[in-house]
Amino acid sequence: MLVPKCSADDASAQSLKCPNLIFRFAALAVYWEARAPQETQKDSFWIYLPYHVQSGLLSSVQGEHFNMRKSINSILRRHGLVLAFLIFLAMVAVNAEAFLTPGNILDVLRQVSITGMMALGVTFVVLTGRLDLSVGSLLTLLTVIVVDQHNIVGPFPAIVMTIGAGVLVGAFNGFLVGFIGLNALIVTLAMLSFLQGLVLFYSGGSNVNVNDAQNTWFAVFGRGDFLGVPVPVFLFILGAIIAGLVLQYTTFGRRVYAVGGNETASVFSGVNARWTVFAAYVLSGLTTGVAAIIMGSRVMGAQNTIGQGYELTVLAGVILGGTSLLGGSGSIWRTVIGISMLGFIQNGLLLLGFAYYVQWLVTWAVIIIAVWIDLGAKRGRIFA
Amino acid sequence: MSHVTDVPTTGPMNTVLTWLLRNHIWVFLALTVTVFSLASPYFLTVNNIGNILTQGAFIGILAIGMTMVMIDGEIDLSVGAILALASALAIGLQDHMGVWPAICLGLLSGAALGFVNGTLVALSGMHSFVVTLGGLIGIRGLVFVYTGENALMVQDFSYTEIPEIYIGPISLTAIIFFATALFFQWVLSSTRHGRETYAVGDNIEAAHDAGINVKRHKIINFTICGTLAAVCGILLSMRLGTAEPNAGKVWELWTIIAVVLGGIRLQGGFGSMWMTIGGVLTLAVLRNGLRLLNTPNYVELMVMGAVLVLALVLDKLLNHGGDGQ
Repeated sequence: MLVPKCSADDASAQSLKCPNLIFRFAALAVYWEARAPQETQKDSFWIYLPYHVQSGLLSSVQGEHFNMRKSINSILRRHGLVLAFLIFLAMVAVNAEAFLTPGNILDVLRQVSITGMMALGVTFVVLTGRLDLSVGSLLTLLTVIVVDQHNIVGPFPAIVMTIGAGVLVGAFNGFLVGFIGLNALIVTLAMLSFLQGLVLFYSGGSNVNVNDAQNTWFAVFGRGDFLGVPVPVFLFILGAIIAGLVLQYTTFGRRVYAVGGNETASVFSGVNARWTVFAAYVLSGLTTGVAAIIMGSRVMGAQNTIGQGYELTVLAGVILGGTSLLGGSGSIWRTVIGISMLGFIQNGLLLLGFAYYVQWLVTWAVIIIAVWIDLGAKRGRIFA
Repeated sequence: MSHVTDVPTTGPMNTVLTWLLRNHIWVFLALTVTVFSLASPYFLTVNNIGNILTQGAFIGILAIGMTMVMIDGEIDLSVGAILALASALAIGLQDHMGVWPAICLGLLSGAALGFVNGTLVALSGMHSFVVTLGGLIGIRGLVFVYTGENALMVQDFSYTEIPEIYIGPISLTAIIFFATALFFQWVLSSTRHGRETYAVGDNIEAAHDAGINVKRHKIINFTICGTLAAVCGILLSMRLGTAEPNAGKVWELWTIIAVVLGGIRLQGGFGSMWMTIGGVLTLAVLRNGLRLLNTPNYVELMVMGAVLVLALVLDKLLNHGGDGQ
């Protein structure tokens, strides 16, 4: 029973007909990896895994005959992204000593904390099968608001106003997309343009700065340290944990997946798809608000173009993590990895001495390859 | 394609009404032209109309390619970056190899990148949004690497004279736009490729079952889109005499705005070049008119956002089962 039996008619297992010893051991290892959950269902960690992980593992051992390619596929599907990320980290670390030092890692995480924070909310929107292109302009607007209001009404009211404005814009997006049923891409594109205009209207075209940058406690969000970890990183990790828990263990999270997976079916099973989409956009506005507070506190000022292009970086991170634009598939930890990957690529290439813009070329290649492999693994074939 | 269900389709009045509902952008265009003519004495002059056509032509040429791709049910976000690369190549290479070879190479780069986009979409089955979003980032990086982060200046200023040909008030740029638009309208309505475009956009499975080579078809349309973006970039470099690496930075968004304003739907299978021309002209008229009225820049941005949402709502109200998801 231990040695997997190959059938001659299974085309994909042909290569296993005359395996050498190493090959056979490898096959066994993969076989056990894939088989383990089924046999130890009662007495292992297995039962504590989330349901979709369980079903993913189970599906990898479906069928009578052991199929090596299928099993490798299934492992790649589960851990391929992490694997690729680790390989990349190792490759850079070998060539640049400063790369994997705690100081540098914290620096990278601090750099990605703003886009990462925004990406948490955008993940909810993407999971419902919608898009949010307005977050870049919204970040600009909210940063301008928080910095300007800090001078006028003080830090705390400014923070409340910023979060409130973010939620309001998110709610408006959510209303147009969720309740009126307009196309998400166009609505948020229109919002992008509108908010950019609003920024210029509010600021009058000039930059704004915090007057007493040295003395305000507002600095803690962007510049402070907590237990040796920069506060932005701390906020990002905290936000990711909360968002991940909400997505995985609440009814709302389940509904987000349901609406993204099959909206019609979700409506027929009693999910209020409109409210779910609406709430996802509100979350997107909320996290952008938090990101704006970090940004304002870090820079202690705001230009009119401070968030330009961020919507695409955020989306790139979400997509790189493997969250499907069609909705229903993806998760928060994937987004965190995707966004961190973008940050580490940027940082690693600079440490290796490449010109700044080379990172964009590499990002292009990485997005295409990562998404293609992810899709290919899900589909079971590389080409469409 | 969705139909206007409320209106009976008999009688000349109803035919006109149906046409108006389908092409509401032209009604809106007429409305804006009337309003701006009344508001500003400088608007309805021959010179200004020539200006509007030239200003609109750049987004317009991008919009033609985008229309082809969008009727296919896809989207191309990388046109702005392709535009920048083509203009940089056309100006950067002409000192080494002469003007026309440089222009040809610029066009070729656009076609090649469009081909790459199309091939990736067709072979991988990835959403074109993902592929071209990657392209937008990467190609822009290519531009920065090539130009060394500087704006390239043209050395021989006879280069900038090339598009200075006018027929009446209409510039060569505008003529190229209209000629290309009409050509692709002919392609859409009267050739096999055009018919297949609608078929693929409407129902890709059915199109495949009907024997259409869907992959080759998509590659061709993305290549057309890339080539037209390069045409736009080269015309822009002729007009400006420089190629800056940030050229065309958010133009892909303006292009999408123009196309959607025209009434073309992102789901594909619906639309025509007439709609695109209407959308492009409306956008150009709005931008030009608001500037003539001496409004600040932010009003333009806010009006564009509002008009776009309004266009979507109208489309949804007038043509049932419109642009919703």
